[in-house]
Amino acid sequence: MGMTITEKILARSAGKDKVTAGDLIDANIDIVMCHDVTTPAAISMLQEKGIDRVFDAEKIVVTPDHFQPAKDIKSAELHKRLDTWAKKKNIKYYYPIGKAGVCHALLPEQGHIRPGEVIVGGDSHTCTYGAFGAFSSGIGSTDLAAVIATGQLWFKVPQSIKFVLKGSLPKGVYSKDIILAVIARIGTDGALYKAMEFVGDTLKDMTMEARMTITNMAIEAGGKNGIMPFDEITKAYLDEHLTNKKEYTVFESDADAEYCQIEEFDCSKLEPMVAKPHLPSGGVAVGEVEGMAMDQSYIGSCTNGRIEDLRIAAEILKGKTVKIRTLIVPATPVIWKMAKDEGLFDIFYDAGCVIAAPTCGACLGGFMGILASGEKCISTTNRNFVGRMGSPESEVYLASPATAAASAIEGKITDPRKYM
Amino acid sequence: MARAHVYKRDHINTDEIIPARYLNTDDEAELATHCLEDLDADFIKNTKPGDIMVAGDDFGCGSSREHAVWAIRGAKVGTVIAKTFARIFYRNAIDCGFYLIESADALDNINDGDNIEIDYDNGVIKNITSGKDITFNPLPDFAVEIIKDGGLLEHIKKTMK
Repeated sequence: MGMTITEKILARSAGKDKVTAGDLIDANIDIVMCHDVTTPAAISMLQEKGIDRVFDAEKIVVTPDHFQPAKDIKSAELHKRLDTWAKKKNIKYYYPIGKAGVCHALLPEQGHIRPGEVIVGGDSHTCTYGAFGAFSSGIGSTDLAAVIATGQLWFKVPQSIKFVLKGSLPKGVYSKDIILAVIARIGTDGALYKAMEFVGDTLKDMTMEARMTITNMAIEAGGKNGIMPFDEITKAYLDEHLTNKKEYTVFESDADAEYCQIEEFDCSKLEPMVAKPHLPSGGVAVGEVEGMAMDQSYIGSCTNGRIEDLRIAAEILKGKTVKIRTLIVPATPVIWKMAKDEGLFDIFYDAGCVIAAPTCGACLGGFMGILASGEKCISTTNRNFVGRMGSPESEVYLASPATAAASAIEGKITDPRKYM
Repeated sequence: MARAHVYKRDHINTDEIIPARYLNTDDEAELATHCLEDLDADFIKNTKPGDIMVAGDDFGCGSSREHAVWAIRGAKVGTVIAKTFARIFYRNAIDCGFYLIESADALDNINDGDNIEIDYDNGVIKNITSGKDITFNPLPDFAVEIIKDGGLLEHIKKTMK
């Protein structure tokens, strides 16, 4: 029996020739992502336990993002603790405000993500990096503390589910619609503890930005990691973005690798999707909810705050005026500048949108676009849990940037194909 | 003896356990005052040390915030019994030295307010109110070892140079 790409990467990280689903391993971690919500606690734990050390100051990447720029005194204190520690420990890749961005957009863009590596981060959407053929998974603060100090972490090798994506995406349908359809089919615990391996010819037409939207939401189906095969599109992105360490190893699943489940999707038949409250699995075709009045449109986050997302939104908003509060949140300073230089900001400004600084912001109900009771928001983010973006009596509808932009124009959920 | 707080629901997520608006602190006692606030505003008022939460599938899904475990532990909850747990929450709890119980049968055999006793070593939930015993599979050995050591950091300290 062969191995899956996930098994091969984990075997390599544990110095083994072979691992099988269910094996417990001690993995050597290649990259650790740290942000402002979960890392300060990890630092305090290490200090309290008397093991205040870092295993490798060049393998830890630090950026504040959730509450940055600091939204209140308490979050400013979190940033101060993170900043003090990063400087004291000479963390080589520390991105303070001005360089800081939404972590899962920032790390690939700044060249910290390589195929074949094991990446962990104190954030559930760390699974994003699997789009590059890496194993990456989200962890909590204690795991983060352990890995910062030792560079190692225990893992149970997951079983894999293969998702075969077939056919070309129709006009107006994007990678966000695919992952919402996947989660709608299998549920928020449909891939619990498992690796979600995405393959198929649909990927061939997708940029790395679009692919990352899919692996980003693996956690919304309970997945341990999301992963995709390496190809020429991956290579082209890496050639452009890798600056420090440029070597990497490509792994691919064996033809006789074992999968516990195989799910096929004919992407050519997909429609724009909207996930209704209060679970990401609430996805339906846009037609089922079309016309529902919204109070806000939010375009940003680690799921859909990359330059391609902003271009898609701008294309629809060009020459139009929004009817509801519309927030544009470029995920990183580089994306922010690209959007400005390409003239997208003019389009957003003319349409009546607000353009924010890079931040996770309102995606998790932090700040910068919080919802009042009774309000509804169409959002390009990843979760629509009760109270996720503000009041427990508010509602979040998840969709692609195109659907969020079209809905902003009409003030109600709108099929983006109407504006194409 | 502990009182059961039963939530006949699946997918109780980390945003419900501790809303993100309180993540600007990692102080356990402060987090505890908001535990389950958006799901059951009276939970904190009605909870006594050692009480037990009981729920359905996929408990703790969503964010990696360990704050969810801290809020529950800070509220002095003895353990959480669920049909299944979301991965990161489950792992965080073990790391924190907080014992979770996975039981397919508990939700159907425990009513809100029942008195419960738990025999961790033998994997038995005793429902004193109904007189019924519910068995569960104890955590795997490596997890029990981490919990007995007082959490992952104490555990790894034993082998660190």
